[in-house]
Amino acid sequence: MSLSAAAIDTGQLSVLRERHPRAFSLTPRERAIRLALLLGLLAFVLFCLYRFDVTPARIMNGMDRFGKIAGALFPPTARDVFWDLFKAMMESVAMAFLGTLIAAIIAVPLGFLGAQNVLPIRLLRFPIRRSFDFLRGTDALVWALVYVRAVGLGPLAGVLAIATTDIGIFAKLFAEAIENVERKQVEGVRAAGGSAVKTMRFGILPQVLPIMLSNVLYMFESNTRSATILGIVGAGGIGFALSDRIRAHLWDEVGFIIIMIIVVVALIDFLSHMLRTKVIKAGTNRPLVLTEDAPTFSDADRGKSR
Amino acid sequence: MQAEASSAQVKRFEEEFARLRKQQRLQLIGFAIVFLVVFKFAADISNFTPQRLAAGLPRIGEYLSFTLPEIRLTSLFGDVAYWYYGFFRWLGLLFDTILIALMATIFGAIGGFILCFAASRNLAPHFWVYFVFRRLAEIARTVPEIVYALIFVVSFGIGPFAGFLALSVHATGALGKLFAEANENLDERQLEGVRATGGNWFEVIRFAVLPQVLPNFITYTLWRLELSIRSAAIVGFVGAGGIGQELYHAISFNYYEDVSAIVLMIILTITMIDLICEKIRHRIIGKESLH
Repeated sequence: MSLSAAAIDTGQLSVLRERHPRAFSLTPRERAIRLALLLGLLAFVLFCLYRFDVTPARIMNGMDRFGKIAGALFPPTARDVFWDLFKAMMESVAMAFLGTLIAAIIAVPLGFLGAQNVLPIRLLRFPIRRSFDFLRGTDALVWALVYVRAVGLGPLAGVLAIATTDIGIFAKLFAEAIENVERKQVEGVRAAGGSAVKTMRFGILPQVLPIMLSNVLYMFESNTRSATILGIVGAGGIGFALSDRIRAHLWDEVGFIIIMIIVVVALIDFLSHMLRTKVIKAGTNRPLVLTEDAPTFSDADRGKSR
Repeated sequence: MQAEASSAQVKRFEEEFARLRKQQRLQLIGFAIVFLVVFKFAADISNFTPQRLAAGLPRIGEYLSFTLPEIRLTSLFGDVAYWYYGFFRWLGLLFDTILIALMATIFGAIGGFILCFAASRNLAPHFWVYFVFRRLAEIARTVPEIVYALIFVVSFGIGPFAGFLALSVHATGALGKLFAEANENLDERQLEGVRATGGNWFEVIRFAVLPQVLPNFITYTLWRLELSIRSAAIVGFVGAGGIGQELYHAISFNYYEDVSAIVLMIILTITMIDLICEKIRHRIIGKESLH
């Protein structure tokens, strides 16, 4: 039936409503399901609040105390320890830098070993890939705590903690990049009589190097963020000063440290973004790993989400 | 004649090639120098020397070997039972951890949802509204969860409530920003359509924006859940509930075998949640691509 908007009268409308019920409103069944889901969610939230031991009195007291703290954060001041705090912040950045660097260097050969087209033996590759998962599955803060026990307090533990999780992340990313290389160039080197090592050097490496560098820079950004908190367990950097000030209730210094973290992280993000887009020109590819701002979607999903 | 021309061309090519090579090499040397300076600076400031590294590495191997449980084939069940003596207590704490992550994701999604329309350039009623809300979201997500956790533990007391609050604030910022980015990528024509029929701001959001962005919102929320479960496992380090507290104790007091037992349980839980999220995500995206 052909319709022009002006010609629709109530009779036609009711015919249409009958013929296409879903175009006008949800069916009763769908309504019931939605209501049940909503009630289920509400029940779940209430259960959690009960389990977390949340009472109105606790919320009121907490809000009161939190309000006082939030007020005390301002104005943020460094008192006379500005340079100490600044040095601790730089220590965090240095930890992120060294940790990322060490991880990247170690992960290159591991990435080759984890790639299907370099190591076609599944039985060998499987444990290698799983160990990458283990390294990146454990949070840097856990590694930091372990390393503080093993090598003592200080930034070395932090560097090692960042390096450990990143080896897992980089090795996985590098292996995936290597698996996705164009075969033609690899075969070209092989046809010209190149050995296995030369095939990797001239056939694979030039293709994956920009991707690797871009991923490394990206992780450096993300690691700067993690490096600011590793100090909470004693692994060096600004985190130690931060947790120390919070425990001592020196809120104005806490405010200063938080603002310093925000500024430095923004600065590093900006620098890294510039390097990625201008120098490497592969900066638009976000790595497919779980970091603070890179949702982990497979290639197929990615087209949809952007 | 032709030979002469081509030899001139070859010469020109060679010159050009040499020039490019030289330029590239200079660039490389420049980068190498900058890199070395930064490296030296970083190594100095963090006290990173080969000697300290060499002294530390064997100790790490030693530590990790301590954490491995003694499991003999002859008494397999007994050994595993001994290793996992605290299994049910840890399971309860892991349950708390999962609840913290779920609750934080739910509240983060609600918070992000409320925040995102004012924080997207094309939907905010005024540039300054957009600017303020966008910066708020960015600041909320730049501060690490554990810092919020430290502050909330002081104000709301030790326990999972503080962890839930900390993760919620962070998730609100992160999701608010991602949702806002999704809003900015939408098709403007549908907004025009609803506006043309006389729809107000809320109707535009409800009938033109939401149908377009909701699938994105759901995938981002699932992604956040995967991250939140990781954070929920460690906020306990500062007393904000969940399995982290137990792990912190085990490491601090050198209960070596507990460390490996708990870490293994955490990794298995995280893997499980990741798999479930991936399943849901694929179902949603699969449905989408049918249209």
